[in-house]
Amino acid sequence: MQVFVELFQKYDILGAFLVNIELTLWAALISAVLGVILVMMRISPITSLRKVAGAYVELFKNMPLTIIMVFMVLGVFAQLKVSFSDNFNTNFFWLAVVGLSLYTAAFVCESLRSGINTVPLGQAEAGRALGLNFFQSATLIILPQAFRGSVAPLGNTLIALLKNSTVAAAASVATETSSLMSEMIEFRPDVIIQIFLIFAIGYVILIIPIGVLTTFLSNKLAVRR
Amino acid sequence: MTQTNVVDTPQATVAGGADKPHVLVELDHVEKHFGALHVLKDINLKVNKGEVLVIVGPSGSGKSTMCRTINRLETIDSGDIRIDGQSLPQEGKALAQLRAEVGMVFQSFNLFANKTILDNVTLAPIKVRKRNKVEAEREAMDLLDRVGVASQANKMPSQLSGGQQQRVAIARALAMHPKVMLFDEPTSALDPEMVNEVLDVMVELAHEGMTMLCVTHEMGFARKAADRIVFMADGQILEQDTPDAFFEHPKTERAKDFLSKILTH
Repeated sequence: MQVFVELFQKYDILGAFLVNIELTLWAALISAVLGVILVMMRISPITSLRKVAGAYVELFKNMPLTIIMVFMVLGVFAQLKVSFSDNFNTNFFWLAVVGLSLYTAAFVCESLRSGINTVPLGQAEAGRALGLNFFQSATLIILPQAFRGSVAPLGNTLIALLKNSTVAAAASVATETSSLMSEMIEFRPDVIIQIFLIFAIGYVILIIPIGVLTTFLSNKLAVRR
Repeated sequence: MTQTNVVDTPQATVAGGADKPHVLVELDHVEKHFGALHVLKDINLKVNKGEVLVIVGPSGSGKSTMCRTINRLETIDSGDIRIDGQSLPQEGKALAQLRAEVGMVFQSFNLFANKTILDNVTLAPIKVRKRNKVEAEREAMDLLDRVGVASQANKMPSQLSGGQQQRVAIARALAMHPKVMLFDEPTSALDPEMVNEVLDVMVELAHEGMTMLCVTHEMGFARKAADRIVFMADGQILEQDTPDAFFEHPKTERAKDFLSKILTH
């Protein structure tokens, strides 16, 4: 017990978790917007839009996140000179957010698409028959129902995102949990088990409520037909 | 296009409709395939303003497909479909506008599951016709009252019976003031005791002079409300006649066979 108190006093463990939570929230927000745009492209009547969105999803879904994160730093920042801030830490934080968002958007799109598959074709037909255009049908009828039908996969995507936020270490975000864990192990190799336990249990504590909430919302919001 | 439809507003046609029939829906040599299946074969059909057409025929004869081509929920391979003299446009704004003029009632109701009954009826008038909300809601309540479900206005579709849902679907279509109403087997998904409440609304609508195309298996309704029966089989229109003539003296073997099968019980 003494060891845990010592570790918590010496290292800013809660602060590190907060960085991951921040990364997750920003990436969740941006990937949600991107994912909605992508899924609208995927169901749109315009073939080229469908193809572009399909290619995006296939590309990012099948690429390892670490590669995207490293590319954000070495490719986007170092080579292409795209920078978010003169402050190094802030800059790497946002590069990581962008990398996570681009990656997660593909999964948000797929989750929403599984939700769209729960909406009967007749809903879209009724919208069209009344003279609604594609955008109106999508935003007023299809997506609200699809969203309520995809709470569970979206929750899983959020859980994956929170865990994936540790890959931000690959984008040189030095303050987040996995970076801190490596640092702690380096200086206190005598208490590796305790260090592991802190981070493992920390994530479990964060993620279990998301799962519970997801299950609850999934039932509560389900569209009654 | 050389149609002279400059003054073709609904008001202008009511007065002039007495002597020369005003053709509202016209299918001209329409052909359609589903892969190797030839589902519509040289369909020619004219529906005059105020006319009630009932389309009957064995299942798989192309009745529903024909009905759905009229507002382009199904595309056609060749031929022409005109609504009030105007050819069906390609996908896009013009098509949406034209669809707003054609009311459609589906077999499976298709009420918007995420909207209340009232919102189902007001959605298109507000979003497509840009009507103001208060006015749209007032008219929607009148329509719901007419079809007998005004008391359910704030419920969700899933809380209503099938018959009630279908009557709401009719009110939803009427809220757009369509020139013509299409009914695609509106009672086929209903429990038997709910069929009549929907048919009553349709009969009333027919008597009020609405132009209607109904695909249905309800022969009682066909006799009572139709001006003309269209008999289809194997993707073709085989007969068109008044209900009395069709039911008493069918001309083709196919129609005789069909009638003998449905009228023996």
